[in-house]
Amino acid sequence: MSEAAEIVFDHVTKRYPGRDTAAVDDLSLDIPAGCFCILVGPSGGGKTTALKMVNRLIPFDSGEIRIDGRSIDTLPLTELRRGIGYVIQQVGLFPHMTIGENIATVPRLLGWNKRRMHERTTELLELVGLEAADAGRYPAQLSGGQRQRVGLARALAADPPLLLMDEPFGALDPITRHRLQTELRRLHREVGKTVIFVTHDIDEAIQMGDRIAILREGGVLAQYDTPDAILAHPTDEFVATFIGEDRALRRLALRTLREVSLGPVDGDGPGVSPDTTLRNAVSLMIETGADRLTVEDGGKAIGTFTLRDAQELL
Amino acid sequence: MGGKPVIPNFGKGSSCVTGDHFFCWDWVHQHWNDTLGPALWQHVELTAIAVAIGFALAFPLALLAHRFRPLEQPIGVVSALVYTIPSLAAFQLLVPFTGITWTTVEIALVAYTLVILFPNIVTGLRSAPEEVIEAARGMGLTRRQVLTRVELPLAVPAIIAGLRIAVVSTVAIGTIAATLLPKGLGYPMLLALKEPTPFKTEIYSTGILAVALALACDAALVILRRALVPWARRSA
Repeated sequence: MSEAAEIVFDHVTKRYPGRDTAAVDDLSLDIPAGCFCILVGPSGGGKTTALKMVNRLIPFDSGEIRIDGRSIDTLPLTELRRGIGYVIQQVGLFPHMTIGENIATVPRLLGWNKRRMHERTTELLELVGLEAADAGRYPAQLSGGQRQRVGLARALAADPPLLLMDEPFGALDPITRHRLQTELRRLHREVGKTVIFVTHDIDEAIQMGDRIAILREGGVLAQYDTPDAILAHPTDEFVATFIGEDRALRRLALRTLREVSLGPVDGDGPGVSPDTTLRNAVSLMIETGADRLTVEDGGKAIGTFTLRDAQELL
Repeated sequence: MGGKPVIPNFGKGSSCVTGDHFFCWDWVHQHWNDTLGPALWQHVELTAIAVAIGFALAFPLALLAHRFRPLEQPIGVVSALVYTIPSLAAFQLLVPFTGITWTTVEIALVAYTLVILFPNIVTGLRSAPEEVIEAARGMGLTRRQVLTRVELPLAVPAIIAGLRIAVVSTVAIGTIAATLLPKGLGYPMLLALKEPTPFKTEIYSTGILAVALALACDAALVILRRALVPWARRSA
């Protein structure tokens, strides 16, 4: 199995009988291998439908979806699904199986031997921030956040080149959600899979995505680009409204002071760490009334960042 | 004991027996081997056969109804109708067809267990949460694997709950079998009741045995559930 797969939606359309508008309307998307791609939009935008087409939980009417150039219709259903990690909001752990057995679901279907399954389970528990001893517990004994970690481990078990995630953090409290978002990004850097991630939360989309596909009602693709490009150049009113009027600040939140070129040190203004986001830097200037900040790395001034610099970056 | 009526011999009995006191242990002790023991054993047999056959019929029917949902209602309606027939009447209704036989008794009892077990098994099979089934399908389990690895294990608590009701009610209904055949715990009870002055100890001892048998079966099923469903009792 390859490390990451390229996914192509090629003019895919899905209509549910008895509905006027399509659920997904002529959707074309190229998702490069290793990309963390977000499908976002209001309800009725068809994002979950689009996601579930990839593992054929929902059949589509026309068009084609290809994984690494192969149409998903050419593979036997079970083989296709065993090669795709699948994570859903309600997690759907098997209540009658231990955490270890849950994680080893797909490896068992694939006929791995006991030792290999055990090693893989232990490795995955560690990867998702649980302990090896948790393998013997039952889902009912875990918290919501822990269950979703197990859900993620289970999806990764057979090392699939593609992960489908359907609002995986939607049911978690804000603190747990934020922690898992951060860890999923780290995990994505480590394991380098292609991820298709559905959310209705634009903040989550901007924070997590390498690319964002914004779908509008009727399953029409409104814009597909990097978070920065979408915030800088929303294609239309719908996208502009959806991403919010504070898009300038959201854009600034995407980068830290370390990632921009700083002016020469002039010693003026409050000191700030280079890991501060531009948004927080601007906030600090507004708060203190200063028009510049001195960026200090380990107590040593390395440059100056001004309000004007921030404006010019937008 | 066969068909021979067991009537306490007042001449040989203790003063407790001859005086028909509230409860005479010595009578129980004396007649365990010729009356109570065999009746208890026949009752166990009666119940076990009825529940086993009832389960053997209800299980595939429930699988069928689970797989093809439109079948559930007709099967359910027929079962409910069967359950409304009083057991005494059920035995008599069957006599013209199967005679005064063990078969007649078992057919009636099997019908009742079937009616109890079928809806319980169907409910159990449906008890798997939707998201669990979706996750299972999404991971590439076949329909059969979803059934055997997910739906059936999750149905075990409901199936055992159904078995408990079926066993307990069959033990109770089984005493009525004595109106047809001289078998089971109902028979000594019936004989005692037919006397002009019913012998109390005989009625009480058979009644107590029936209750004890029901409770013992129920307890055994509770233990079985604990063994088969370790995941439900270890909640956080």
